[in-house]
Order: sequence, then C-alpha cells, then structure tokens
Amino acid sequence: MAFYRPAAWQKPLSLALLCALLALPTGLEALGQEFYIGFATRVLIFALAATSLNLVLGFGGMVSLGHAAFFGTGAYVAAICEQAGIAEALLAFPLAMAAAGLLALAVGAISLRTRGVYFIMITLAFAQMAYYLFVSARAWGGDDGLSLSRRMTLAGFSLASDTALFFAALAALTATMLLFGRLADARFGRALQAIRENETRMEALGYPVFRYRLVAFALGGALAGLAGALLANQTGLASPGLLQWTQSGTLLVMVIIGGVGYLYGGVVGAVVLLMLEETLVGFTEHWHIVLGLLLLGVVLFAPRGVAALFGKRHG
Amino acid sequence: MTQLLLEQALNGLQFGLMLFLLAAGLTLVFGIMDCINLAHGSLYMVGAYFVAAAAQAADSFWIGLGAGVAAAAVLGLLLEVALFRRLYQRDHLSQVLATFALILIANEAVRLIWGPAPLMLNPPESLAGPVEIGNFFYPAYRLVIIAFGVAVAALLYLLVAKSRVGMWVRAGAANREMTEALGINVRALFTAVFVFGAALCALAGGLLGPLLAVQVGMGESVLILAFVVIIIGGIGSIRGALVGSLIVGTVDTLGRALLPTLLRAILPADAASTLGPALASILIYLLMAGILFFKPQGLFPSRA
Amino acid sequence: MAEALLEVRRLARRFAAVDVLKDVNLAVESGEVHGLIGPNGAGKTTFIHHVSGALRPDSGSVHFAGRDVTRLAMHQRVAAGMARSWQITNVFRGLSALDNVALAVQGRADSGSSFRFWRPVKGEAAMFDAAQGYLEQVGLQGKADAVAGNLSHGEQRALELAMALATKPQLLLLDEPMAGTGPEESARMVELIEHLARHVTILLVEHDMDAVFRLADRISVLVNGELVCTGTPEEVMNDAGVRRAYLGDHL
Repeated sequence: MAFYRPAAWQKPLSLALLCALLALPTGLEALGQEFYIGFATRVLIFALAATSLNLVLGFGGMVSLGHAAFFGTGAYVAAICEQAGIAEALLAFPLAMAAAGLLALAVGAISLRTRGVYFIMITLAFAQMAYYLFVSARAWGGDDGLSLSRRMTLAGFSLASDTALFFAALAALTATMLLFGRLADARFGRALQAIRENETRMEALGYPVFRYRLVAFALGGALAGLAGALLANQTGLASPGLLQWTQSGTLLVMVIIGGVGYLYGGVVGAVVLLMLEETLVGFTEHWHIVLGLLLLGVVLFAPRGVAALFGKRHG
Repeated sequence: MTQLLLEQALNGLQFGLMLFLLAAGLTLVFGIMDCINLAHGSLYMVGAYFVAAAAQAADSFWIGLGAGVAAAAVLGLLLEVALFRRLYQRDHLSQVLATFALILIANEAVRLIWGPAPLMLNPPESLAGPVEIGNFFYPAYRLVIIAFGVAVAALLYLLVAKSRVGMWVRAGAANREMTEALGINVRALFTAVFVFGAALCALAGGLLGPLLAVQVGMGESVLILAFVVIIIGGIGSIRGALVGSLIVGTVDTLGRALLPTLLRAILPADAASTLGPALASILIYLLMAGILFFKPQGLFPSRA
Repeated sequence: MAEALLEVRRLARRFAAVDVLKDVNLAVESGEVHGLIGPNGAGKTTFIHHVSGALRPDSGSVHFAGRDVTRLAMHQRVAAGMARSWQITNVFRGLSALDNVALAVQGRADSGSSFRFWRPVKGEAAMFDAAQGYLEQVGLQGKADAVAGNLSHGEQRALELAMALATKPQLLLLDEPMAGTGPEESARMVELIEHLARHVTILLVEHDMDAVFRLADRISVLVNGELVCTGTPEEVMNDAGVRRAYLGDHL
C-alpha cells in the first residue's frame, strides 16, 4: 500500500478535460446534437455519485451497499423542497446534502460497529429500509415517486435549460474533485488510507478509527445527496428506484470499473458504464447480459479497474 | 378477530419456513466458505422458473417441482465449478461484484428465455381447496408448504448436527488444510454445500410460485429478507437461520396485517393511513437494528 | 516509593473452554524495565493484548497511572500514554520509514486534530522533523526514505519501536522486539532498549534470556496463564517453580 499520489499528467489532463467540458454545450449545439447535453449532464451527475462512493469505498475501505439511500434521499429532499416552494438551489441543495449526510451519520453510527460481511449486509438492509419508508409515504408519491413541477434556480439563474443544468452539475463535480484531491493529501485522507490498510495499527497509534470512518461515510453520503438533488432536477422526478440496493450495486460497479481508490475512479467508471449502456442499448435490449459478463470479466481478470490498466497509481 | 390472528399466524409460519429454506443455504455458504452470494435470490428466481416451466410441460405440479429442483441443482453445480470456486479466496468486494453481475445476467437471461410476463404456476388440484381447522378454514396448499418447511428443518438438523457429513463440513469451515490432510475432499464438500443451497432455493421458489408471481426480479426483494434473517440469526448458524426466519416471517406478516388497524385506533385516520404501511414494511429492519444493538453478531453467532 | 504505573489485578480470560489467563496480578513500577518471560504458549502476548486494550478480560482490571482503564478502547489507552510493539512486525510496508513514524506523530493528541481536509500533509515540516528525530533515536536516520518493506528485519523492528516512541508514551509494551533478529541486530536492540529505559517505563516480553536478564530490573514469569513468580533476575533464576516450568530450557 502507498498513499495515493496522482500521476504527473493528471493535473494538466484534468484541466484540459475541464476546458473541453466547458466548451461542450456550445460544440454540441453547433453540431445539432443538443440531446447529448442532457446525456452529458447525466454522466456528470453519476460521476459525482460514484466519486462520493469512491471516498467511502476506495479511500475508506468500506464496502457499503447502502449508498443509494443517500443518493435517493438527496433527490427526494430536493423534490420536497420544490413542492414546498423552495425553488432556489442554493437553499435546496445544501438541505439535500444535510439530509443525506445526517442519514449517513445515523446509518454509519450503527453499521460501522460491525465488520466485514455484517457491515455489507447491514448497509444493504438500511438502504432497503429507506426505500420502504419513501415508497410507503403517499404524501411523497408512493410508487410513482415525487415529481418536480419545474427545475430550480441557482442564485437566481433558472436551470430550466439543459445547458444551465449541465454547468451546475459540472460545477458540483469540479468542486467535489477539488475537495477530494486536497482531502487525499491532507491529514484526514492519509489517516483514512492508513486505516483502510491496517486498522489495528492505527488504533494502536491512538487514532479513534470509528470516528474517521464515520466522518468519511457521512461525507460520502452528503455528496451523494448533492448528486441526487441534481438528478431530481434533471429528470424532474425523485423516483423510489433510486433508493433500491440494486442502485447501490450500480454505483459500486462504476467505482470498480473506473478503479477503486483512484481519484478519478468514480468519474471514469460513470463515463464507461453510461456510454456502454448508451451504445449497447442500440444493439440489444438484453444488454444487461453483456454488462454482467463484462463485470465478471473485470472482477476475475482486471480487479483494479480501467484506471489501473493505465497504470495511474504510483509508489 | 382470533380467526384473523390465527390465519395470519399460520401465514407467518409458512412464510418464515420458506425464508428458512433460503436463509439456510445462504448462511451455510457464508459461514462455511466465507462467500457473499448476492445471487442467492436469483437462484430462487431461476428455480421457480424451472419448476413453473417443468410443471407446464409435464402438466403436473409435483413432477414440475422435482424436475425444477433437480435442474436448479445442476445449475448450482455448474456455477460453483465455473465461478464460485474462484471467489472463496477473494475479498468480499469482489464477491459482491461478481454475484451482482450474476443477478444482472440471470434477470436478463430469464427475460430472454421466458419473456417479461410472469409465468403461471398452479398448485396441485388436490390441494387447491381449503381445510377445516377448528372453526375456520385455511388453504390446504399452505399447510403443505408448512409441512415441507418443517421436514427440511428436521433434515438439516440431522445432517448438520448428527451426521458425519455435517461434521466434515463444519471441520472444513474451521480449518480447511487440516481437514484435507485428514483425507476429506473439502473441495467436493464445498460444492455439495453450494448445490444443496441452490436446491433449497429452487424448492422455496417452486413452493411459493403458486402464491407469489413467478416473475423477473422476484429474487431481489426476498434476498434482503434472507439477509436480515441471517444477520438476526447469526452467520453460519442453521439454528439461527431457523429462529431468524420464524421471527422475520411472523413479525412481517402479522405486522402488515395488524399494524394499520392498531394505528387507526390510536392515531387520526390520516396519519394512520400513511404511517401504517410505512411502519409495517420497515418493522423487521427496526427489529434487526434492535437485536443487533444487544447482540452485534446475531442471536447464535457461530463464528469467532 | 513510586506508585505502580501499571497495575493488573486478577486478570482472567477464557477462550473456548481454555483458561488462557488465570487470576494474573502484576505491577510495573514507574521507571523500571519489567521483563515478562515464560514458555511458549504461556499467554504472554495475550496478556499484552489485554493491557493494550486489544482484548477485554472476563474478569479483573487494568489500572494505568492511577486510572481504571479496563473499559477503555485501545486508542484511548494510547492517548493516556501506553504504546506497544508487536511480535510479528506490524508496520506499513508500502510506506517510507519516515511516513510510518509521521503517522504516529500525527496521531498524537498534542499534534492537533487529524480532521483536517485541506492542507497537504507534505507541508507540515514540524511533523516530519519530529518523525526524523524518532528515526534517529532508533538509529534509522539514514533510512527515512526507504520503503519499510525493503528494510532488513532488524531495521523493521527498530522502526516499530520508533513508531511506538513517537506517541510519547509513559509505558512501552514491547512484545518480543528481538524476535527473528540475528546476534548483531539483537545486540543493537538491547542497547537501544537500555537507552530508552532511561526515559520510559518498559514492560518487555522476550524469549532471549540474556537480553532479559541484562535489561530487566524485575522479572515476572508466566506459565500456562498463571503468574508463577515475580522478583529480581537473581530471585527468578533461583526459583524452583520457574526452573521446573522451563524444564531444560537454558536459564
């Protein structure tokens, strides 16, 4: 194990990527492919969600099958806010993050007292619990979910246009990657990685391991909540399906494909998976089989994910 | 009122025993091979499909049940040899992902072969009617399910606790090298455990088929319940799986039946109609959290 | 007379129908080097686990610096001034020696909170200087940037010691620091421990009898989970019960 250290070309590459993304909507409009702005936004949102899981899983070493609960909670809180008349994202988004983060704090406080297999299953069970809670609440749409009558505004600017929402999502993802990058090199990130590597050793150095994991878990949850709030705005619906444990599985798949513990693992994974979905759907409606086989292949033969194939990890 | 209670209690018992069939296989694979199998619910689904298809082809429930379970056992064998064997030594995350991949494949494959509409599975003619118990009627078929459940529980108890095979399995789980050194083929043993678990899943799927729908995705919701059962009961413990399933089965069934009525008695109708179903569905999770608070490794932890 | 820094009273623990520790009473005076010896399987490492907080006893108590720490978690005992090393080397093999010790420094309460998310650790010169200092104390000053996994076995043992020291303990629990080291590295370790003993109280578990008899002010003997004898090295050497327990092992 080594502390995560980005490859030398990561900074220039991410800068270039950011510039490309900033120009993307204009470019797509020029090509008459405005539809893909929505698709790109979706990719950004899931990249954010997967990255939030990467914090918990890749850096924290916690295999959580409950992450969808925080993703979905963010979506629902955003929808509830809009329904209640709070149409300003600068108010609603932090609320969504707070709700998701608090839920993660509660779930983590109980689940993190367990280990290994128990932890995985308990997070799964809690995610299901959140699903049932939201689905049973008729005031929140029940099975059909809660819809938003219109998209929110961000600091007064309406997010109704696809381009505006794209930039909002880009801003959120960029801020998150920045935070993530700093966090990895900061005291917290180092401690977290070391705990992932050898928990007993860290405990014996005086670190309150439980607290570190809990903070990482809650932070990951809050960021997932942000992604959820963005998604609710994009699709106009907070769907209960977002809370199902199978959604956690999808996020997990993204992180694995992209590379667990690599800073951009979540981003790469989301891009790969969503593009795969987009292309395969054209070939066959049973594309899940192809995805499943691919995933099996990755697990059995390339367990470090796509990012590892490019040898991004140093030291 | 007592009639309703009795009927729901029996339903709970029946549901619990079927959960036991699933949980038993799951807890054995977890406890003995230390392998998480998210696709356990898919084995249940595919098993149900096998039974339904065979029953339709042979125009007989019992033949369908036998053939379906046998086919599921063969599938379990193939899966164990081709895939699961490689997963035992891997970390839990890899196991989660690989078995999640299996769920994706299984759901889609089933849809490909049998189409998106649910399959019909009818209970045997002879058991289609009600039976008189005391002064109320209860479906004969459900009683048969209960009987099956009890029989399997007894069989498992004998196998695991009293038979030599059970001893080998427990030894193999505790110390594989040592057991192999004693001449026991631990690899074959593990395969047998897995196949047995798959067969139990198919049996549960086939028996429940006439009551619930045989459809794509039926495994995911029941998988969670099985997980809750073994968390409550303790991983690796058959006794825990039985106790856990009975608890979960009865609490869930009775909860759904009684909680809305109970709440309506103490809360205004509006609140009760929203809170009732919500509380009923999360009741077992609350129970699980409560049990874990006092016994973080479940009621009968068998692993250190 | 100094108050006992560490006091273990009537410690008992069962593992699956076996009494691994039976009614153990042991006191370590402040400033001394207290050796703990016994045949293999006597329960010495288990005892250390109970003192450090890795395990909880079935009955009995552990008192440290006047406080009852029996209910405290491991990290809380470390914060209170207890540090340990392991029988099987337990360092972060992929990290440099400096990074290993820096983690220990970072974890100290007086280093400030580790819940910092923004400033890169690389910029904390004070922390790394302190870490370098501890490496010097154990003689690894030239190996700061070496990857821990590439160090020799003896160097890794020394690194473990440096990490334990970096937590500024009052009591050092050393579990077989000489395990697996050759005669040269052993000798160096003995010198090191002698040097450390001037500032820190040490509970030393060791099989190397020469080392123990040279270093220890007092020795306790653990046999089959029971404390058979406590005394100065001469007293222990002449004790009949101890001789019987070792049955042919050199004393």
